[in-house]
Amino acid sequence: MFKLVPLILAFPLAGMLINTVFGRWLDEKRIGIVASVATAAAFVIAVLQIVALAGNHFHAETVLLADWITIGDMYLPWQMRVDTLSVTMMILVTGVGTLIHIYAIGYMHEDLRFARFFIYLNLFVIMMLVLVSGGNYLMLFVGWEGVGLCSYLLIGFWYDKGDDNVGNARAGRKAFVVNRVGDLGILIAMFLIFGAVGSLQFDDVLHFFEHHGAEVGGLATAITLLFLVGAAGKSAQIPFFVWLPDAMAGPTPVSALIHAATMVTAGIYMIARSAPIFSLAPVSQIAVALVGAGTAVMAGTIAVAQWDIKRVLAYSTISQLGFMVAAVGLGGYVAGMFHLLTHAFFKALLFLSAGSVIHGVEHGAAASESAARGVAGEDHSSGAHHPHCDAQDMRNMGGLKDRMKLTFWVYLVGAVALAGVFPLAGFWSKDEIMADAWQVGMVEGRWHGVAVYVLLTLAAIFTAFYMTRQVVMVFFGQPRSSAAEHATENPPTMTTPLIVLAVLSVLGGALNLPRVHTLGRWLEHTHHFFHGMDFNLSVALSSTVLTLAAIWLGVRVYHRCPLENATAPDQLQGVLGPVFNFFQGKWYVDELYAATIMRLYEWKARFLAFQVDWDFWHDFVHDRVIAAAFRGAAAALSGPVDKGGIDRFFDGLALLVRAFAVRILRPLQTGYVRNYALGVMLGVIAVLGMMLVN
Amino acid sequence: MIPTTYYLALSALLFSIGVVGVLVRRNAIIIFMAIELMLNSANLAFVAYAHEFGTLDGQIMVFFVMTVAAAEVAVGLALIVAIFRSKASIDVDQVNLLRG
Repeated sequence: MFKLVPLILAFPLAGMLINTVFGRWLDEKRIGIVASVATAAAFVIAVLQIVALAGNHFHAETVLLADWITIGDMYLPWQMRVDTLSVTMMILVTGVGTLIHIYAIGYMHEDLRFARFFIYLNLFVIMMLVLVSGGNYLMLFVGWEGVGLCSYLLIGFWYDKGDDNVGNARAGRKAFVVNRVGDLGILIAMFLIFGAVGSLQFDDVLHFFEHHGAEVGGLATAITLLFLVGAAGKSAQIPFFVWLPDAMAGPTPVSALIHAATMVTAGIYMIARSAPIFSLAPVSQIAVALVGAGTAVMAGTIAVAQWDIKRVLAYSTISQLGFMVAAVGLGGYVAGMFHLLTHAFFKALLFLSAGSVIHGVEHGAAASESAARGVAGEDHSSGAHHPHCDAQDMRNMGGLKDRMKLTFWVYLVGAVALAGVFPLAGFWSKDEIMADAWQVGMVEGRWHGVAVYVLLTLAAIFTAFYMTRQVVMVFFGQPRSSAAEHATENPPTMTTPLIVLAVLSVLGGALNLPRVHTLGRWLEHTHHFFHGMDFNLSVALSSTVLTLAAIWLGVRVYHRCPLENATAPDQLQGVLGPVFNFFQGKWYVDELYAATIMRLYEWKARFLAFQVDWDFWHDFVHDRVIAAAFRGAAAALSGPVDKGGIDRFFDGLALLVRAFAVRILRPLQTGYVRNYALGVMLGVIAVLGMMLVN
Repeated sequence: MIPTTYYLALSALLFSIGVVGVLVRRNAIIIFMAIELMLNSANLAFVAYAHEFGTLDGQIMVFFVMTVAAAEVAVGLALIVAIFRSKASIDVDQVNLLRG
């Protein structure tokens, strides 16, 4: 069974290669089927690994694919590690991945680069599986960079669209560059680990830190803080979260798969994987918990004030990732992984439903445009022509409840699950995180536990509020544009995955119910200190009350007095004023970075480009110094040396030869036969004379 | 019996006359005859030696020389006729196209 695990990479690889080579000649349906079947086959392999683990008393098993680097004592194999943690991630990646592949067949219908999209998606699945199944930090890093690459490629998938026709490409670049900063942290952490342990294998490293923990506390702190930098980059935490909202420029299935369900959780996976190191570094744990909780609140506030349906979800994702990071920072690894799973279900559901909404509204826009044209006849100059309406702006929606029934219901399920209402998936996982914070803060009496608890409670209130706002704005009230008025439901390829995910969002909590702790017991086999947290009634009750209050408030603000038209200001604008603007401006973090880091960087780049490279290097060194020296040398060589010396010598030689010929050889040739005969005679006499003498 | 030396002296004399004839005369026919004179002086020397040593080699060689001379006369006269046709003269000094 364990021997099958390389196939989990082989299937998506095969799918990718088939679409790369033959995609040009296949129709959309076949391309989609190849990619989806490849991912589904990987899912089957992942499920088989559960059976394999069950047969092995849940002990970890490593499968060697190939030797990679062997230099002296350094041995780094391509090795896949099958344990409960990695199998959990494999199931998540391939399972949710398959659903999103199927959805994308419908969503990407008639896209120019249909085959390329599925090639990228399969490549992403491969890289994500390398990340979660690698047996050492270097393989994790390979996968880490690989998913970063796929993220870049897919954010900029419609690279010719967006602001100034390069907006999407810019968003991709931003994600890539911001992630590089975090990756540097991981690289340095890996160097430190290798310097201390002499190996990057998970087994060796974690064993080392478990047994020599007391002596290397400082080192562990340094490594884990650097890991935090990497995780903050990939999982979009403070201060690197700015790339994720822009990443919504990619197609919606990408947002669902990469930027909500899988890739952005890589940071949490890595922290959970390195749990033994983190347990030695209390300072880092506090930092991780506070970064996570701070991000959760900050992103939650921003999400309240956004208009773009996907941007709200993006900030929501950042906020929920903050929950997970806070959980693993508090040592609640099971809670973090639990929330990671349930969040993958309902956030993928929300993104895909949002995609369905966008798709429906776009169709509605096309339908209303053609209707308008039918009425107006050929008269294009009439006032009927209105500017292109943004199909992602919630102000242009409204009233979709009756027009897209199925999408509405699944969206509602996702929103309620995300808000954390009993008994949906989000309730159980979020509650376990809160219980962890309560445990650390109130029972163990540590200040950061209290802080995290307060921050997360705030974030949970915001979550319930902005999801209510979004659902009301999109689905309730009257349509605020002709596009929304004509919106229609989508084909079954898109809606079927939504239903599956909706079911998972409802039932996902069953993975780790209180007292049973299925997931906790399962993960316990990977690290012995992975424990589920017991249900805490007061925590659950208070958060449920606050959630319901927030939902009530949201309904009151947005449903009682809905937006009047697509240009009206938000209802909170009047109440909160500048605070709302501050949230809408995303705390002006982008502007802050632009004014500080970017400006410094651009100044440096300009200085290097114009002053150093152009003025000094090009104009001075190349044009003046080198070119002048070359010209001088060339003039000296061509003038005195070549013309004056070498040429003259050969001219003289030629003159000499000519003079010899004219003066001496020419008179000899008289043309008279007798002269030649005389020559012959003299020659004969000479020869005879020599013979006589000898 | 006339000693062989006399024949050789005669042969040398004839050869010298031929050489001088070739070098100093301008009439092509005369030059030609001078060449024949040289050839025949060689023949005389061959025959003289053949007689001296009592072998037939020299005698046979004379026949070859005479044959070659006959062929040479045919070619040479043809040349002279061709020159006469173009120059209307057989003065060899008129034929100096190779002058440098």
